Amino acid sequence: MSPTRRDFIKATSSTAAVLAVDGRLALDLRAQTVAAPSADAAVIDLANEALNAAKGAGASYVDVRIGRYRRQQIATRERQVAGVNDSESYGLGVRTLVNGCWGFAATSVMTKAGAQNAALEAIVMSRAARAVQARRVELAPITPVTGTWITPVKRDPLEVSLEDKIALLLSTNEAALKVKNVRFVNSGLALLREIKTLVTSEGTNVTQTMIRVGPSFSATAIGSGDFQSFEEELAPRGSGWEYVESLNMPGNAERWASMAAEKLTAKSVEAGQWDLILEPTNLWLTIHESIGHPTELDRAIGEEANYAGTSFVAPPEAVIGQLRYGPAIMNIQADRTQEGSLSRVAWDDEGVPADRWLIVEKGVFKDYQTTREQVARIQKLTGVSRSHGCSFAESWNAVQFQRMPNISLLPGDRDIGVNEIVADTQRGILIRNRGSWSIDHQRYNFQFSGQAFYEVRNGKIAGMLRDVAYQSNTPVFWRSMDMIGGTASYWLGGAFNDGKGEPSQINSVSHGCVPARFRNVTILNTARSS
Amino acid sequence: MAQAPRPAASQSQLLTREQAQALANRVLAMSSAEQTRVTIVSTWSGNTRFADGSITTSGGITDTSVTVTVTFGKRQASSSTNVLDEAALKRTVDLAAQLARLSPEDPELMPELGRQPYPAINAFVESTADLDPEARASAVRRAMTAATQAGKPAGQIFTAGFLEANARAFAVATSNGLFAYHRTTDADFSVTARTPDGTGSGWARSGARDWNAIDTASIGRIAAQKAVASRSPQTIDPGLYTAVLEPQAVNDLVPLLGNALNARNADEGRSPFSKPGGGTRIGEKVVDERVTLYSDPMDRALLGQPFDNQGLPLSRTVWIEKGVLRNLAYSRFWAQKHGVRPTGNALAGGLALTGGTKSTEELIAGCSRGILVTHFFYIRALDPRTVLQTGLTRDGTFLIENGKITRALKNFRWNESPLLMLNRLEDIGRPEPTEAGRLMPALRVRNFNFASLSDAV
Repeated sequence: MSPTRRDFIKATSSTAAVLAVDGRLALDLRAQTVAAPSADAAVIDLANEALNAAKGAGASYVDVRIGRYRRQQIATRERQVAGVNDSESYGLGVRTLVNGCWGFAATSVMTKAGAQNAALEAIVMSRAARAVQARRVELAPITPVTGTWITPVKRDPLEVSLEDKIALLLSTNEAALKVKNVRFVNSGLALLREIKTLVTSEGTNVTQTMIRVGPSFSATAIGSGDFQSFEEELAPRGSGWEYVESLNMPGNAERWASMAAEKLTAKSVEAGQWDLILEPTNLWLTIHESIGHPTELDRAIGEEANYAGTSFVAPPEAVIGQLRYGPAIMNIQADRTQEGSLSRVAWDDEGVPADRWLIVEKGVFKDYQTTREQVARIQKLTGVSRSHGCSFAESWNAVQFQRMPNISLLPGDRDIGVNEIVADTQRGILIRNRGSWSIDHQRYNFQFSGQAFYEVRNGKIAGMLRDVAYQSNTPVFWRSMDMIGGTASYWLGGAFNDGKGEPSQINSVSHGCVPARFRNVTILNTARSS
Repeated sequence: MAQAPRPAASQSQLLTREQAQALANRVLAMSSAEQTRVTIVSTWSGNTRFADGSITTSGGITDTSVTVTVTFGKRQASSSTNVLDEAALKRTVDLAAQLARLSPEDPELMPELGRQPYPAINAFVESTADLDPEARASAVRRAMTAATQAGKPAGQIFTAGFLEANARAFAVATSNGLFAYHRTTDADFSVTARTPDGTGSGWARSGARDWNAIDTASIGRIAAQKAVASRSPQTIDPGLYTAVLEPQAVNDLVPLLGNALNARNADEGRSPFSKPGGGTRIGEKVVDERVTLYSDPMDRALLGQPFDNQGLPLSRTVWIEKGVLRNLAYSRFWAQKHGVRPTGNALAGGLALTGGTKSTEELIAGCSRGILVTHFFYIRALDPRTVLQTGLTRDGTFLIENGKITRALKNFRWNESPLLMLNRLEDIGRPEPTEAGRLMPALRVRNFNFASLSDAV
């Protein structure tokens, strides 16, 4: 193990460390020009109204979240704008514990009476829940915090003029339409600024501003009686406008669109067992589905059984420190501090400071994702007495529960990239960008596709393929990983729309990884005519 | 000391027709754009979630949002807010106007609609809108008790589930004189039951506009019975098998055809309903001749939305009649271009598949060898050219032999298309309510592609 590698793992055990997974120092404060705003006095007053009403009505614990969400979405097709939408959502959610039972109520009536009514409605929920209570909720202790935080950005995307945004997208489309057979192009931007204040009966009072950008691009080529699309993997990030500019969409669009046209004449894949080389633009989602979700503690204990499902990483006493997930080169890190990542925050929705910890160490499962009420369930097994800070709600109108942090495959020791992996492969398929994805409710059987597929023969790329999907079983798949890229090949993907819970909530989360090779994976041909 | 907790009132918090109209008029009066449209959505939602003997979360949420869409010439943009004071509404109107002026001209823009006739559809049921936390907790307890009883052969059964009741008022108004208002409710209840040995899992669900139509004890009992029966599943090789899909499994698959029912995509050559050489396949036989697929907000079993987001009236739209493609969804622009009636977002009028009269049990009885599927999970598109999807079976997959369920089977991943599947039908059940706004039958399908095994229980 190289010194870099040792330092890397060491850094993961220290919450004070600021080394980012990509090897660069994470917090370059000189780059940040947008300051973190404090909460309005009126917001704090409303939060206290709700807090005091709930305490007065008998709550043993109360938290109040007030959120103001501003979203802007711009969609274009070919040479026109398909839609410009700007929305604002503002409201208050209050969560109460009475006799160890949760209650939650939310309202957009932002008056003293509205806040009080929501608090009392939450109390009604808590009291009603006592009719069905086998277990009392107990929260792991925390030290109350006060403060403000903002996603480090140079330029808030919502402050960029609409003309500039539309010009960027339309010039992107224009470049794509130069490609022969490319008839349709869609590009867009989804922008978010979320200002969230959390006040709790334990004395926490924090206000955070999260800024996220999500660019998109896809092109469709029409052949004779056939059509093929290509979607570029433009990762959404917790970043400013400078990130969108760095993608150089107009400069790259012709190359992206040509992939759709090239797919029209690509060879249909021969189904069977192949070695698989996954670029980070594809592998991040496989990590999300096959490692991120099964290591959520609420799934492992059955709380998600009726919707997203349970987990093969269960029961905790049989898997912590025991389950071999993959080879010794496999280290999986959860991290809410990572620069540019979507789930980066300073505190979660219970006021727990952002954390970084290993989920899988040298191939062995080590720890779950947790919230405060979950800590006691596994504390004796992990020795961890704090929450990992995974409590989140998608909006003021939704109750917080356990959500996934950024979960990433750490780079290997060898300074290699995808080219070296290809050169080392006799017969394989290289996959770029995410396509279709699906996985079972205990996270064993999965089937993923991609956007561009290449046959690898005798260490060289030997042409494009199509109709490709890979299907495997999570532990079998990860145990077949035998080669991974080094730090220079690390890339951070992610999505705004990770779904879980009832009512279903979305979560924004990033996953970093390096290219990796998997041996003898089942490849399907997805073309079908009857 | 705060006042005593009050019961969670519900529909009183939804905007009435008069309140919605007054709010819309206030906003319209603030706009100096050439044309303005205001859409208002006022919602209440009450939910209760449970697992392992406890209610894990319970919530009550109220919200009202206003979206303003303004047009100058061929330039249009929208802005929305849920802050309803004068200043915020004005800011929203001004922002929409500012965004519209900055937007390039949209050659496809259609003028806002004027006054329209709408049918009265009574989709609002008080029993749903009044469902309070105590009633929800009692309903959960009834389901858990029934599941515990039915699960006894397997020991102490584990249950998890979700109950949700929603009430919604939706209004659209335009500066050209249109005003539309509609109220609706829906309730949904589902339970997953798991056996203590970890080898059996069952699920059941019921959804309706009327909470009183949902029997939670029955849902709990069916989920537990399926869990008990699905213990110790056996392996059979993946491959093409006859499948009996319960109505909930059909409800997971057939509505995915909706995305393909788009006229523009078909005309543009990127749809399974594109005709080689140009145009659409309207008038061609596309599925089994027994199948009819339609949307109809007036249908008493659907009670769908009577208008879409532009205020366009939605009416009965038969997509497929006796196997023949009759209609595709036409936006107002695309309809004008092709000289046909716009359907608007007709799928908002609900969706029903009809063509058979048998019960699920009769479909099983008529099957010599096949696989019974309770429902599906994690369905994702594989190929838009054939509407091919992938997904998994879940919570009760059984082998049928000589008309009887004989064994529990391990779950499968499948790769199948609802469109191609409807060309391989052996038999069709009677349409049954699967959720609010949906009627789906059980189906018996030849050569369903069960592609690989899943270890998931």
